[in-house]
Amino acid sequence: MAKIRVPAVDDMFTMDFTDPRLIGGRGVSSQSYYFPKSLSGADPRCVNDDQREEVYLSSVGKIWSYTSADYPPALPYQISEPFEPFLICAAQLEEENLVICGQMMPGIDINDLDVGMDVKIALDVLYEDDEYEYIVWKWDLA
Amino acid sequence: MAIDEIAVLGVGMHQWGKFPGKSFVDLGVHAAKKALDDSGVEWGEIEFISGANTVRNGYPGWVSASTFANALGFQGCQLASSYAACASGVTALSIARAQILSGICDVALVVGADQVDKGMFAPVPGERPNDVDWLRFRLMGLSNPAYFGMFARRRMALYGDTQDDFAAVKVKNSNHGAQNPNARYAKSFTIDDVNASPVVADPLRLLEICSTSDGGAALVVSSLDYAKKKGIADPVKITGVSTVSPVYPNAIIDMPYFASDSWATAGDESHTFKNQIAQHAYNEAGITPEDLDFAEVYDLSSAYELDWYEHIGLCEPGEARNMLHNGDTSLGGRIPVNPSGGLGAFGEAIPAQAIAQVCELTWQLRGDAYGRQVENAEIGMSINYGMFGHGSSVIARK
Repeated sequence: MAKIRVPAVDDMFTMDFTDPRLIGGRGVSSQSYYFPKSLSGADPRCVNDDQREEVYLSSVGKIWSYTSADYPPALPYQISEPFEPFLICAAQLEEENLVICGQMMPGIDINDLDVGMDVKIALDVLYEDDEYEYIVWKWDLA
Repeated sequence: MAIDEIAVLGVGMHQWGKFPGKSFVDLGVHAAKKALDDSGVEWGEIEFISGANTVRNGYPGWVSASTFANALGFQGCQLASSYAACASGVTALSIARAQILSGICDVALVVGADQVDKGMFAPVPGERPNDVDWLRFRLMGLSNPAYFGMFARRRMALYGDTQDDFAAVKVKNSNHGAQNPNARYAKSFTIDDVNASPVVADPLRLLEICSTSDGGAALVVSSLDYAKKKGIADPVKITGVSTVSPVYPNAIIDMPYFASDSWATAGDESHTFKNQIAQHAYNEAGITPEDLDFAEVYDLSSAYELDWYEHIGLCEPGEARNMLHNGDTSLGGRIPVNPSGGLGAFGEAIPAQAIAQVCELTWQLRGDAYGRQVENAEIGMSINYGMFGHGSSVIARK
């Protein structure tokens, strides 16, 4: 039986596998963007008016930079043995002027990446147990 | 701004390394005793202890000032214990300076030490989905070296830096630190050595990423009047301290965040904390980058050192590799950077590291940096920053 897919964290992305979106915040008065919506620092101009409305962020961006994780990260990263190295990408959303990190989708070769390349948000399994697949956003080549 | 100066009467360190038989208290006490010896101040004369905390050694680490005071022998002085990640040491120093300049005390001991498990730093255990430090590991395995790798790759794309440029930083710093008795890796490495080590976070290799270390460092600091009374005519003086926060928006991602601030409504894409840390220190000291004779910068990775040249104003963005290859930042060059060997030679002992940087400033300015002396050193800067947004910089002069 197929495992149940659940988000690895609540309220940061939609679970729509065909058109996934990151869920950000936007200051009602300042119009500043935030990601994650409630965990990123405030615009000090809004100290008395810090209401943030929920917005879906752009689903495409350009690679700001990238790297590899050739050694296993520490807990609470969940490693399924044997550890498979992976790539990490930081992508710049053009409208929001915001840089967001994520793993690259598996199967992409680091030599095929360049700063400035177009990427898009995708969903993938981060880790799993007997019953659930825990889903997270990753970056994929656009 | 014109802030009054304080004197550095004594400095002391315990060597960096791995010392499984010792506790962080042993390392801090060792450093404190050396600093006291160096200063000529008796333990009983110390009026204030400013401790830089460690969060990896249980409760005694969170109340470090009383822990060290107890180990040296409680004598009733005033205490403060503070934590600011890698900026803890300078935060502790800034509190001691405030006590001295306000006249609450005349002489203070600043001390920090750490002992850590082998391997990469990990977040505090537990289940904390509201903590970005926890989330960055859980959601994407974004460990510290991954940030260093991304910063390095960004330099390659923007400025044409190469992996060999980065390796050359490690080679330079290893040469600087080769005779430093407090360094963990007191040996010279070659480009071939660097390139033979495994990739950790592309394009960076193991020898280019600072390791986690044990170590301890301490300072005895005082008012200028107190120094005079002690017969110390011309002590090294601290002339600027920066513990600033970033100014929104921080457009360059910093640990532990996995997103930048947005610069859609303010600032621009180069708006970064690290420039701001240095600027405040320069303002306090009333100097500009041209006045510096040397600098100790936080080379968490080889490539990161090049970022610092630009952030502290030694050169324009993109010109750091030219400075490196011209020999400007080597001993004997125009402005040596990391004459101690830097984190490349030491590794990182979090609460002790910023204090160790001030120890090096002091030895250089006294002319006591055997085997790594910057000629005619009169003004030096140290700089780093603590995760989550604690600035840390000191300017000291002869």
